[in-house]
Amino acid sequence: MKNNILHKANTRFSADHGWLKSAQTFSFHDHYDPQRIQFGALRVLNDDIVHGGKGFGRHPHDNMEIISIPLEGTLEHQDSMGNVAVIRPGEIQAMSAGTGIYHTEFNKDPAEPVTFLQIWLYPNKLNVTPRYDQLDYSKGDKHNKFLQILSPDLNDEGVWIQQEAWFHIGELDNGFETRYSLKKAGNGLYVFVIKGNVVVNDQALEQRDGYGLWPDANVQIAATSDAEVLLMEIPEKW
Amino acid sequence: MKNVNILVLADHAEILETIIRLINKNDGWNGTGVASYDEAQEALKINKFDLVLLGVGVDDEAEAKILRLCESIAPRTVCMRHYGGGSGLLSSEIQHALAQRNLNV
Repeated sequence: MKNNILHKANTRFSADHGWLKSAQTFSFHDHYDPQRIQFGALRVLNDDIVHGGKGFGRHPHDNMEIISIPLEGTLEHQDSMGNVAVIRPGEIQAMSAGTGIYHTEFNKDPAEPVTFLQIWLYPNKLNVTPRYDQLDYSKGDKHNKFLQILSPDLNDEGVWIQQEAWFHIGELDNGFETRYSLKKAGNGLYVFVIKGNVVVNDQALEQRDGYGLWPDANVQIAATSDAEVLLMEIPEKW
Repeated sequence: MKNVNILVLADHAEILETIIRLINKNDGWNGTGVASYDEAQEALKINKFDLVLLGVGVDDEAEAKILRLCESIAPRTVCMRHYGGGSGLLSSEIQHALAQRNLNV
């Protein structure tokens, strides 16, 4: 049986570049810990805050699935495929970097910071043609349920990526309980608590905690305060 | 400090340049870039590399060829995929690979 893994919020790597503050769950840039490399295909989970009027200048990516979920503020994306888009809370952006793409991510609001989750997954196929997808899920029903916002299927709910992974997001009232059932047997589930407190199976989690587990088939999730939770179903092998 | 020599194979010129530049920013790391299997083969014959990173454009078949090449002419060389195109993964990929070889850097 695999071991479940708890990543408390205050154990994340901390990076402060002035204009960017980042809390990083896994090894990234100059932070290296052999025990904190990945959870299956989930390789990067960065909780970034970018100052007003600042951002990431033009830089490349290849062969990674790059997902951005704004939590507060707005982010403008521009890329070498010609995509120009602004993403806001209630939206998700996914880039399959494939054979290579350049992009910028910029907070155009001069006064307010933007807080967003930057999530990278290994792809299950290398060197694909790069693509971009964006979804507004703000009108979707995620109150006391989990709304699918990402999948491997172009024709399914959510943005689609080059990996057998599914993301769901839920806003749970204090005391609400539910179960999440795996889409694919053998997958792991990484739970990230955006806000509030929950108990996953027997594990209590606080705000910005991460918890990776390999359940048999489904997982019990109970909110012990009003909470917002991101569920990432992740393959171990691909 | 022992120099670590890293060969990077990728067929995207700008990304390859980015990766080499990022590697060479680190004291003790020396990056060499090549864009094809043939160039990689020549480089491995001439120089000793501690690590070979396989980047964009290297498909599974080419990766298997490079692995066989490394095994035959440079068995101490760690050969692995680089993901992200010179992204925030690069440094920890290199450190992880070197830790596996127990190099002191």
